[in-house]
Amino acid sequence: MLPNEIYNNLKTEFGDAIIEYNDAQPTDPFILISTGMLFDICHTLRDNEEFLFDYLMSLSGMDLGENVGVVYHLYSMKYKHKLVLKVVAPKTDPKVPSVEMIWRSADWHEREAYDLMGVIFEGHHNMIRILCPYDWEGFPLRKDYKVPEIYRGMKVS
Amino acid sequence: MGLLNRLDDPYEGGGILMGTVEDLLNWGRSKSDYYLHFGLACCAIEFMAMNASHFDFMRFGTIPRTSPRQADFIMITGTVTFKMADRIKILYEQMAEPKYVISVGSCSNCGGPYFEHGYHVLKGVDRIIPVDVYIPGCPPRPEAFHEGMIQLQKKINEQSIFNKRKKLKAELKKNNLISK
Amino acid sequence: MSDKKRLDLEYSTHDSDKMRINVGPQHPSTHGVLRLEVEVDGEIVSEVIPHMGYLHRSFEKVCESMTYPQIIPYIDRIDYISAMNNEWPYVMALEKMMDIKVPEKVEYIRVIAAELNRIANHQIAVATFGMDAGAFTPFLYFFRDREYILWIFEKLSGARLLYNYFRVGGVSGDIYPTFKDECLDVIKKVRKTNAEVMDLLIYNRIFIQRTAKIGILPADVALSYACSGPVFRGSGVKYDLRKDETYSIYDRFDFDIPVGKGEVGVKGDCWDRNIVRMHEMEQSCKIIEQALAQMPMEGDVTAAFPKKIRPPKGEIYMRAEGPKGDLGFYIVSNGSDKPERVKARGTSFVNLSVIPEISKGYMFADLILILGSIDIVLGEVDR
Repeated sequence: MLPNEIYNNLKTEFGDAIIEYNDAQPTDPFILISTGMLFDICHTLRDNEEFLFDYLMSLSGMDLGENVGVVYHLYSMKYKHKLVLKVVAPKTDPKVPSVEMIWRSADWHEREAYDLMGVIFEGHHNMIRILCPYDWEGFPLRKDYKVPEIYRGMKVS
Repeated sequence: MGLLNRLDDPYEGGGILMGTVEDLLNWGRSKSDYYLHFGLACCAIEFMAMNASHFDFMRFGTIPRTSPRQADFIMITGTVTFKMADRIKILYEQMAEPKYVISVGSCSNCGGPYFEHGYHVLKGVDRIIPVDVYIPGCPPRPEAFHEGMIQLQKKINEQSIFNKRKKLKAELKKNNLISK
Repeated sequence: MSDKKRLDLEYSTHDSDKMRINVGPQHPSTHGVLRLEVEVDGEIVSEVIPHMGYLHRSFEKVCESMTYPQIIPYIDRIDYISAMNNEWPYVMALEKMMDIKVPEKVEYIRVIAAELNRIANHQIAVATFGMDAGAFTPFLYFFRDREYILWIFEKLSGARLLYNYFRVGGVSGDIYPTFKDECLDVIKKVRKTNAEVMDLLIYNRIFIQRTAKIGILPADVALSYACSGPVFRGSGVKYDLRKDETYSIYDRFDFDIPVGKGEVGVKGDCWDRNIVRMHEMEQSCKIIEQALAQMPMEGDVTAAFPKKIRPPKGEIYMRAEGPKGDLGFYIVSNGSDKPERVKARGTSFVNLSVIPEISKGYMFADLILILGSIDIVLGEVDR
C-alpha cells in the first residue's frame, strides 16, 4: 500500500488523532500523529490485516527547537511496505507513550532516545540511561547542550 | 646476540662470561613480557591480526594473560571513554610492579578523530595513567606495533634495579635540582 | 538515578541462593567492552542484564559539526570490521536525495568490495567463535586468509582496516591492473580454507555437542526484536535485503540465501547461525566471480562527483545488508552542507537486545557461546 492510502485508512478510523500527512519533500513522506492515541494507532498498525507492520526498523529522537520529536520507521514483512510516523511533544513536558509492548525492539531504542534527547516514555519498565554513564547530567544530543568541564575528576574537553 | 654466535667457539680458559647482574635481569625482563588481554575498539582488530601467524607477536616473548596480576604490561588499544576510564585505572592499579603501558592508536594517544566534538571521549589515556610508549596511527600497521615493542624493550634495558636511589640522587644533584 | 534504585527496578526477586557475577568489561571473551550482569543459580543462568556504553564515542553529535564528506571516516568506525559495508547505505542515501546516478563500473567495484568485506567479517566471526569454544587453529587459518583480502584493500584504497573509500557519486580511486587476478586467487584460497574448517570445526563432534540446542531463537521472537542478518536467517526466515529490497545491481547476480534448518540440533540454535555464515561466504565468492566477469573495464569512477554536496531540505532512511544484518542511516538535511541529524541504526545494538531472552536456563559457559554466535561489534552497539 502507498503511504497516502494508509493515511486515508487511518484517518477514517482515528479521525482527529491523525494530524497531518506531509509529502512535500523530495523523499520519504511521513504522517504526524498526536501523542495521546499513539499506542492505539500502533496496535492497529501491527495487527490490522491490511497493514501488518510487524518490524520496527528504527526509533529516533529529534530536537525541533522548542519541541522534541520521535520518529518511527515501520516495515511489513508480508506486504513489504514502509511507513514513517512522527510524534511531537514540548520540551517543558517531553512525555510520549511507550510502544515497547507492541514491538520488543522499541525497548532499547526508547532508552537511547531518553538518554540522548531527554524524551520520557511513559509505561516503559526500565527508563534509565543506556549509553552515557548512570550519573551523567544533561541530554547530549540537544542543540543547547553544554559540555561539562569536569567529570569525576577528569577534564572533559 | 653476538654471544650466541660464539657458543661453538668457546673462550680460552673454559668459557666464563662476565657482565652485570642488572644487564642479565633486564635482558630477562624485556624479552619475556606478558601483556594483559585488553582490546577496546578498532585497534584491537589490528592487534588480533598481529597475534596471528603472519605477523606473529609471540616471537617477542609476549604471551597474553587474562588477569592483571599476572601481566607485565597493558596495551590500551582503542578509544577510552569516561565510562571506561574508571575501570582502566582500577586495572592499572591491580597490576604488580614493574609495569608498563603502551598506548596504541590516535584515540588513546590524544583523543583521535573525536578530539574536538566528542563529549564522552577521554582526550588521551595519559590523563589518567602514565604511558611509556606511544604508537601513532589510526589504526597503526602491525609493523608499527613491532616498532613500539622494540622501543619498550630498549626502555626496559636501560632501567636500573639496584642503587636506584643513589643514582637518582646523583642525577638530581648534577642538574642542580637539589642541594645535597 | 542512583545505582541502588536501578537494581531494585531490574531484579524481581532477591533470592539468597543465587549469585550475581560480573562479566566484563575487561574479559577475553566478550568481543569488546561489554558488561554482562549475570545472576546464576549454581551453574545455571537465570537472568542476564547487559550494560553498554563503554565505547560510546558520540558519533551522532560529531556528525552535526562536520560536512557530509567529512562524516565518511566516522562511519567506518561504527562497524570497524567491515567498513566498506558501512559506507554504502550512507552514500546511497545521499545519492538518492541529490538524485545522482553512479556509473556502471562504480557499481561493480562497490559490490566486489562489499562482498570481499563480508567474507572478511565472517572469517573473524567464525574464528572468534571457535576460540570461545576452545579451538584455536581455525583462528590462525582464517586470519591468514584475511591478510590476503586486506592486501587487496590496501592496494585499492590505501588502508588496511578503515578505508574511507566510498564517495557520494563514486569511489575515491580506480582499480589497479592486477585486481581481477588477485581477487580470483583469493577466492580460490578462501574456498580451500573453508572446506578445511568445515571438516575441522563445524562438523566436529565436540563442537556440535557444545553448540547445538544452545541459545534457541524462535522466528517470531526474532521478528519482534527486529533482528536481522545471520541471527534472523539462522531461525529459518529467508529474508535478505539484497533480494527482498534489491538495491544497486544485485538483481544481475545469481546467488542463494542460506537459512538455518536445524540440521544437527534445533532450528535457531548457535550451530545454525554459524553454518549460515559459512554458507554465506561461499555465496559471496559466487557473487564476486560473476561481478568480475561482467564488470566493464573502461569508465571514469569520478565522473559523477557533484560539485557541492548540499542535499535539498528533507529526510531519508536508507538501509543495506551488511554482514551482521541491516545497517540503516536516517539523515535529516536542512539544506546546508552540514546535516541536521544523522542517526545510525546499529545492527548489533538491536541484535544484542535478544540476549536476556535466549540465554535463560543454560549453563554459564554456554552464555559466552551464545554471545559469540550473535556476532556483535561494540562500535555498532555504542556508536
